[in-house]
Amino acid sequence: MENTMTETSQAAVVVRDVNKIFNQGKPNQVDALVGIDLDVQPGEFISLIGPSGCGKSTLLRLVADLLEPTSGTVTIHGKTAHQARVDQDYGMAFQQSGLFEWRSVERNIELPLELKGWDKTKRRERAQEMLELVKLPEFAKHMPWQLSGGMQQRIAIARALASHPKLLLMDEPFGALDEMTREHMQAELLRICAAAGTTVVFVTHSIPEAVYLADRVVVMSPRPGRITDIVNVGLGRDRNELTREAGDFFARVTEVREALRGIEMADQARGIEDR
Amino acid sequence: MTKRGRRYLMFVLAFVFVAAGWELYKAVGPEEGGTVLGMRIFARTDDRAMPHIWDMFARFGDPEVRGGEESIFVVVLRAAWYSFRCSLLAFVAGSALGIGLAVLMARFRLFERALMPYLVISQTVPIIVLAPLIFSLMAYQSRELAEKTWLAAVLLGVFLAFFPVAMGTLRGLQSTPAAPLELMDSYAAGWWKTLWKLRFPNAVPYLAPALRLAGAAAVVGVTVSEISLGVRFGVGRLILSYGQEATSDPPKLYTAVFGAAALGLVMAAVVMLIDRLLMRNRPPEAA
Amino acid sequence: MNAARLRNLAATVLPPLVLGVLFLVAWQAWVVVSDVQPFVIPRPSAIWQAFVDDFDLVLKASIVTGMNALMGLVLGSLFGFVIAVLTNRFAFVSELVNPLAITIAAIPAVVIVGVLNNMYSLDSQIPRRIMVTISVFFVVFVQVAKGLRQNDATQMELMRSYAASPFDTLKKVRLPNTMPFFFTGVRTAAPLALIIALVSEYFGGTQNGLGSKISGTLNSANKALGFAYVLGGAIVGLLFFAGSNLLEYLVVPWRRRARSK
Repeated sequence: MENTMTETSQAAVVVRDVNKIFNQGKPNQVDALVGIDLDVQPGEFISLIGPSGCGKSTLLRLVADLLEPTSGTVTIHGKTAHQARVDQDYGMAFQQSGLFEWRSVERNIELPLELKGWDKTKRRERAQEMLELVKLPEFAKHMPWQLSGGMQQRIAIARALASHPKLLLMDEPFGALDEMTREHMQAELLRICAAAGTTVVFVTHSIPEAVYLADRVVVMSPRPGRITDIVNVGLGRDRNELTREAGDFFARVTEVREALRGIEMADQARGIEDR
Repeated sequence: MTKRGRRYLMFVLAFVFVAAGWELYKAVGPEEGGTVLGMRIFARTDDRAMPHIWDMFARFGDPEVRGGEESIFVVVLRAAWYSFRCSLLAFVAGSALGIGLAVLMARFRLFERALMPYLVISQTVPIIVLAPLIFSLMAYQSRELAEKTWLAAVLLGVFLAFFPVAMGTLRGLQSTPAAPLELMDSYAAGWWKTLWKLRFPNAVPYLAPALRLAGAAAVVGVTVSEISLGVRFGVGRLILSYGQEATSDPPKLYTAVFGAAALGLVMAAVVMLIDRLLMRNRPPEAA
Repeated sequence: MNAARLRNLAATVLPPLVLGVLFLVAWQAWVVVSDVQPFVIPRPSAIWQAFVDDFDLVLKASIVTGMNALMGLVLGSLFGFVIAVLTNRFAFVSELVNPLAITIAAIPAVVIVGVLNNMYSLDSQIPRRIMVTISVFFVVFVQVAKGLRQNDATQMELMRSYAASPFDTLKKVRLPNTMPFFFTGVRTAAPLALIIALVSEYFGGTQNGLGSKISGTLNSANKALGFAYVLGGAIVGLLFFAGSNLLEYLVVPWRRRARSK
């Protein structure tokens, strides 16, 4: 009993037996997630990967309390997801940077701090600190449209981390970027999160990205979404460009790919049986 | 209730609300009008200044002139029909002019650059006041043209209607996506062929809303010019003369106003039909 | 200024300038050569003369009409904005106002001034201001309501993730996103305000505004003065145009780049 209790209170995110059904009872009912169980340890980096429609974004939003589970619980650092959102315990980044085009870069970063009621001086300082962190200190007074897509996403990440949350939730934030910028941003993200010891849940549909970033890759099946496999990446914390060319890396990528394809093949097999 | 049914209901309700508001103000407002800060803001509410709604409608059935034969309804209807035909002519001519100008401007960039500032200015500057001038120009040309005051009104309508059509069509022609253009190039199709087969069809979704504006503009151009020129058979002239009789016969003015409004709505219906025709088989618009 | 920019400037400014000058020259020439009487069409030089000589007359009339247009524009825009924001929560109101907006736009609404004149005293400018206010209100209301309905999905999710109150979301996200729509409405309404103010004068009431003066003088033999008044009206129109654009430029600077939308 004691063991489980300390384990649970230590875990950053606990998803226990979660189901999510949209439009329950109506003709357009969608079973998005079924029986999801996931534990994320503090400081861990988790990737969620799966085919389109597998519910990975839905799962992320359940953790963020932007959606409510139909059944099951989501616990964040011992609190309910709802409480965690009210207490602002996490930061979130989306595929669109969602920057306010009428605010300067630094005022964009200050947004969550404003909402928390911080005074101006403290906000300014923290914004500057975050800009240093994402290596864009000279752009404080610029406007978002003056920055490239990659830079805008860095600002969005800076904003997500502005209040130094212990948990970072990311929904394909690099999806709209080209390959080179993506790889660069992945390295930057690792550096930033390592420095702060942040727990990260990262949704993606790129297999190399999932493997490069994560400690564990959570593989999901198509709708209704289940967790079919969790791949331990085990490449250590010091990753760099060479990591992408290492044999281990390719092995893990293959493992994830086969896990995904395994689902596909299982589906096909099932299809044959049904006939 | 279907979406369409709801929309019709809302239409009717909106006017019911306006009528109710009118009567309400009549009931509670100051009889002689009221002042705020020395400016008379509140209108007089006696029956001469603000007739009851039902009086306005009742007036339709009565003869136009005391002891006369025709009811006002017929008189107003006839005048509105006259103005409607002028507006329709202005709409068609204005649209044709607008499309022609747009094609020229799309073809010859120099022409576009020279003309565009004036087109923009023409919209910020009130052209409609030039009605008397147009008329005197016509009268100067020939005696028979001087008879045709309605033509001046139509010309003004054309002036007002061509602009939205020209701008909309031009934007549509210039928004042709690059890939289909390159395709036509690869077929060695000339500029005019490309215009006919690609640019024009592409521009139709831009043209349709512009036509809606042009329809309303034609109506406004014609009726307001009728007022300023005193065109004999038009609804504008009716409004003017009934307005002068407003002290002795208040609801009469309103009948003419309703006639003008009906004219506008019929034009709007015509344009909507054209819009439907043009936009069939097109992908539904994203709201 | 280097050569490329100079060429660019010339390309933009020269064609309309040349066209305008050609037009004026042709006009002057035609009047002189065909010996057109000044009571039919005056020559441009005569117009300018009248404008300069009777400038005070033109100015006085411009102020009367200009004030009507300006007051109506300001009031109509304010009402349009405030009421659109207040009623945003009640879709019902928007559904009621839209039919009215469509109708007002389709009919020659200005004929209502005839009715309004009846409700007020003869020397009042109020009917005209009310007319302008009504016309402007509907244009601005429709635009602001449209802007409030557009919600950037990512920004809304972001505010939810901040557990922000609806008021905060309105203040920090939805209103700034609505400002460009508001200014589109004002920009459209500005020339409309002037035209309505002008045309309103045709329906009786005091005859000292631009609309009545233009109509009156253009119907008489003194066409040059009539055109001088028209020139005055054109200048007021351009002022409104420039003013509303300048206001937009100052208040909504982030849209300078994104104008192509």
